[in-house]
Order: sequence, then C-alpha cells, then structure tokens
Amino acid sequence: MSFLEKISTVHLDVLKEVGNIGAGNAATALSTLLNKKIDMRVPKVRVVSFDEMMEMAGGPENIVASVFLRIEGDAPGSMFFVLSLEQASTFIKEMTGDSQFSFEKLPYDEIAMSALQELGNILSGSYLSSLSDFTKLDLYPSVPALSIDMVGAIISYGLIELSQVSDFAIVIDTALDDDDYNGPKSVKGHFFLLPDPDSFEIIFRALGVTENE
Amino acid sequence: MNDTVQVIKVGIADMNIVRTPYHIRTSGLGSCVGVVIYDQGKELAGLAHVMLPDSTLAKGGAFNIAKYADTAVKELVNRLLKNGARDYSLKAKLAGGAQMFQFSSSNDMMRIGPRNVEAVKRELAAYKIAIVGEDVGGNSGRTIEFDPKTCLLHIRTVNKGVFNL
Repeated sequence: MSFLEKISTVHLDVLKEVGNIGAGNAATALSTLLNKKIDMRVPKVRVVSFDEMMEMAGGPENIVASVFLRIEGDAPGSMFFVLSLEQASTFIKEMTGDSQFSFEKLPYDEIAMSALQELGNILSGSYLSSLSDFTKLDLYPSVPALSIDMVGAIISYGLIELSQVSDFAIVIDTALDDDDYNGPKSVKGHFFLLPDPDSFEIIFRALGVTENE
Repeated sequence: MNDTVQVIKVGIADMNIVRTPYHIRTSGLGSCVGVVIYDQGKELAGLAHVMLPDSTLAKGGAFNIAKYADTAVKELVNRLLKNGARDYSLKAKLAGGAQMFQFSSSNDMMRIGPRNVEAVKRELAAYKIAIVGEDVGGNSGRTIEFDPKTCLLHIRTVNKGVFNL
C-alpha cells in the first residue's frame, strides 16, 4: 500500500531512467549479438492493475515467448523479456542458422529453445548489470527460465510477491523494435521490470531520492 | 456451442456469477486457480480467479477477497446462495495451479500453483462441496469457459489443445 500512496512524478521519472539505462544496454547487447540495428522506445513507467498489465503485453490469451528471472540481492524483483512468436522465431533463425524453425512443430527444437534462453540470459544480464552499476546495489539474476505460453499465465508469476501487498503493479516497460523486420510495424519485444514492494524504497534511496520527495 | 452466446469475463483476482444463457470465462490461468461452483438444477454458476492461497498472506489492511482461496470460495458460495442456489446441490470444477517455470530456488512462493490448488480444495471440503472435475498442475497456461446449462468446463491450453471437463 504505502509505496503506491507516496509515489510522485519524481519517483516515476527516476524509474523511467532505471528502465532507460537497463534496456539501453540490453538493446546494445542484442544489436551486437545479431549484428543489426535495434530501436528502443522511451520507457514507460505506469501504475497499472493486474488486468491492465496483461493488456500491455497483448492480452491474457496472447501467446508469447518469455524469459523470466528473479532478481535476488539488495532489491529483489522480477524481470520478463517478452517476445512475439514471430519475432522469437526470427531471432532463433538468425542465431541457429536453421531457417526451417517454426513454433508450429511440437516438441520445440531443443537447440532453438536453448538459443532463445541464452538470448534472454544475455539481455537480462546486461539490463541487470547496468542497473547494478547505476544504483551501486548488489543485484544477482537467478538462472532464467523460458516459457512459451499465454501472457496471463506467464506474467501472473511475476505478480505473486506484489499481489500480497497491493492490487496494482508499478511496471517499467521498454519496448524494442527490429528495423529489418519486414512485417507490419509494431512492437516486437518488451522488457518488464517489476520490483518487489520493499525494493522501491531501496532503489530510491540508492539514487538519492528520499521517499517524501 | 453457437457463436452468439454471451460470455461474462472474469479478470485476474476477480469473480462473478452467471445464469443460462450466459457463459463465464477467465483467460490465462498459470499458477492461479479458476474455481467454478455451480447448481445445475438452477443453471447458476460462479467463477473465481484465485491468485494466492491464504488471506493471512495479505500485508496491509483492506484486500481484494477474490484474490485469496479462502475468502474467494466463501464469497462465491454466499453469492450463489443469495441468488437462489441450494447448498446441498452445489458442485465444483477447477483448473489451473500450474508450475510455469522450473526453478531450483527454495523460495516457497515459486511453488504457488500447487499451494493454490491445495487451498481451494481445503475450502471446498469445508463447505462439503464435491469436486466433480479438475485439470490442475502441469506447466501450461489455461483458458477456461463454463456453461451453466450443460455444466461443461471448456479448457484450452497452448500445447495440449482443447477439451471439455
């Protein structure tokens, strides 16, 4: 409850900067990995209900590929890297050189899944380490887990900690665009950072913003 | 099932009740549990999308009763009875409680799916409501839709297709 009632525009701006730095580094890593241009949108920081959070990722039934990891250390939280299936298979094809790959075939190819998990690992790792440098906080990622399923089923996992305290989440959302993609121009990937309730104060304090600002 | 049926949607940590000809539906159940309690004779059904096992986990004052297994089942039963359901004819079906990600972490929160299922079953047993069908656990998300007339629970998953319970 408390952190939501006290949050101000200054706090939201600080969180936006957190998203900017983290995702900026991750986008650079992705660009280097794939050797192509990746565009990043200005991060959005929003206070949303759980249902609105699902809508941000395309609605609860939308099927996505998502890498999830828990952040341990000084400021625990959850992080998701969410990709549409088209974009995930484009990345898989580029990384593995397997142009036949498709999410239609079951079970999914093991090499492809491993590549996608590694992609998530590299990106969230670079997000987190830049965040850790910026805040001087010790943040450790858990081993990332990959899931290809409905948005509702995936995202609700990251809301468990929050849901004990509140019916709202503060989400730092950074969208990525892939310039080479020839399909319709729309958002191709999202980073969602969901700090645990107690972590907000720690992040703000580490950045020199007091709680009542 | 024809295409013109009206469907009432239930969001995350939410609940509602319906009568024929309406259907009731909730999307994207992961570790959450969708519990349907119904009275077939009255063609009346309620659905809750439960997120956490126990309201004692709530930190802070006011909380959303649809979010916790114990308070959600209680409220659902009360609403059904108030709307004419007969307590002796109530039955239940449930789905969800999956383990979406495999972690070696010892954090109890990561086992939330199975804990939600246990909690819902415990509450239903306390009200002596029989569970006539369940599709719980596993590691895939589910979308469920219930028709109070046929009392069939339609379950859709990404990898295992569609079936009725």
